[in-house]
Amino acid sequence: MIYLDNAATTRVSAEVFEAMKPYFCEQYANPSAIYSFAGSAAKAVDEARRQSAALIGAQPNEIYFTAGGSESDNWAVKAAAEASAAKGKHLITSVIEHHAVLHTFEYLEKHGFEVTYLPVDEDGIVKLDALEAAIRKDTTLISVMAANNEIGTIQPLKEIGALAKKNGILFHTDAVQAYGHIPLDVDALNIDLMSVSGHKFHGPKGIGFLYIRKGVRLGAFIHGGAQERARRAGTHNTPGIVGLGTAAALAAAQMKENIEKETKLRDYLIKRVLEEIPYSRLNGHRVNRLPNNANFCFRFIEGESLLILLDQKGICASSGSACTSGSLDPSHVLLAIGLPHEIAHGSLRLTLSEETTQEEIDVTVEAIKNIVERLRAMSPLYEDFVKAQKQD
Amino acid sequence: MYSEKVMDHFNNPRNVGELEQPSGVGTVGNAKCGDIMRMYLDIDENGVIQEAKFKTFGCGAAVATSSMATELVKGKTVQQALEVTNKAVMEALDGLPPAKVHCSLLAEEAIHAALWDYAEKKNLTIEGLKKPVEDIEEKLEEDE
Repeated sequence: MIYLDNAATTRVSAEVFEAMKPYFCEQYANPSAIYSFAGSAAKAVDEARRQSAALIGAQPNEIYFTAGGSESDNWAVKAAAEASAAKGKHLITSVIEHHAVLHTFEYLEKHGFEVTYLPVDEDGIVKLDALEAAIRKDTTLISVMAANNEIGTIQPLKEIGALAKKNGILFHTDAVQAYGHIPLDVDALNIDLMSVSGHKFHGPKGIGFLYIRKGVRLGAFIHGGAQERARRAGTHNTPGIVGLGTAAALAAAQMKENIEKETKLRDYLIKRVLEEIPYSRLNGHRVNRLPNNANFCFRFIEGESLLILLDQKGICASSGSACTSGSLDPSHVLLAIGLPHEIAHGSLRLTLSEETTQEEIDVTVEAIKNIVERLRAMSPLYEDFVKAQKQD
Repeated sequence: MYSEKVMDHFNNPRNVGELEQPSGVGTVGNAKCGDIMRMYLDIDENGVIQEAKFKTFGCGAAVATSSMATELVKGKTVQQALEVTNKAVMEALDGLPPAKVHCSLLAEEAIHAALWDYAEKKNLTIEGLKKPVEDIEEKLEEDE
């Protein structure tokens, strides 16, 4: 099997799994308990908090563990909007956010808030002039993702953070795809709130955190306990938290090396695909993109067919076609960067990890070449295209 | 999520291709929703479908339903071909996931569109054949 869907989830690394193990059957105490048996679990949670914070230049007491990225996004956006409702009810986000953010804003729109959805350019970068123009006196929150989950484009967080700070607006970033993959510093980028998910960087599923800058007022989202400074109730998921912290520490230690390795392999993949497969295009910014993300469109074919045939060759990938999104529309991100529907339907996302080899990339490129050719041979769109070319 | 039959027809689609001089050809669906089906029919002087070919842009289910539809109409008279409904195509494929039912409707429409083209060329009226809709999604919305 060749696994190229690391943006969907990653393999829990051996070190992470080892670190988690004692907290299932041995050190199973509730970390909030008073007896000494709970001491080891409580200490492990503290250590994970420190590790999680260190990666983004935050303080440990600014990390609030949650059940994952979606919860963190929901919490940040809803609670930030509500906490500042007396000051204003205007919120800003972008059209290419993850649905955990977009649907939360849509929910808020139904509850009296006004939302501006910033457009992006053809590479998927939020337009800063549009952001500047959108800011009003009653704007209380800007939420722009650190890097896009589909096309990998990295957003100008520094500029957005500076604009937010200048205007006294809270800045939330969904860093689910970026944390552990690229350097992020909450102070340098003026980030007030950051959503993170453990399983996107070799940690376990079902654990994440929300970074909340000290001094930012934010109500609880899950009520019912004193955990996480009474802002997020629920017994600590000790093994999950330990796994997340360990993954963060490993990411910190290996980041430079991983970025170099992945970027090289990613660029090799992009070069081969664009050179060897006609009528293909790269989606997202050529340089300002996640080191592990490549996203292509192949004209005249449809993504689900491509995925099924890749799967039969043991290759795991994903697509933004309608059939994979569960609706009739292709990915909102691909439409937002200006692609017509029929081209957006033929998208393929390949996301690498530091474990990916050049041999795997070679096998994948050959497979894609064959499959694209095969699907085009049965595509009426390709038939029409070829006939029209002959007439010219 | 797909039945074995769907996977078989997707992996080994029957009758892929074009006909040089088709008696009728019809294209349905639209690229916007991600499915386009084109069906070519060769119909003899007795009104029997001798050959059926297709080309499809779409998902696994769209390819499989096109393939099955061509198999089902081959050797049939024009009147019999009209009885190859989306239900018949679905049953022959041992069912489709609910989200893919529209693909079978597209296959039925593709047969109708090719027959309509044949009738127009021959100046015939085929009893029970309505002018095909071009956009199957609009039809689906009307039906809902």
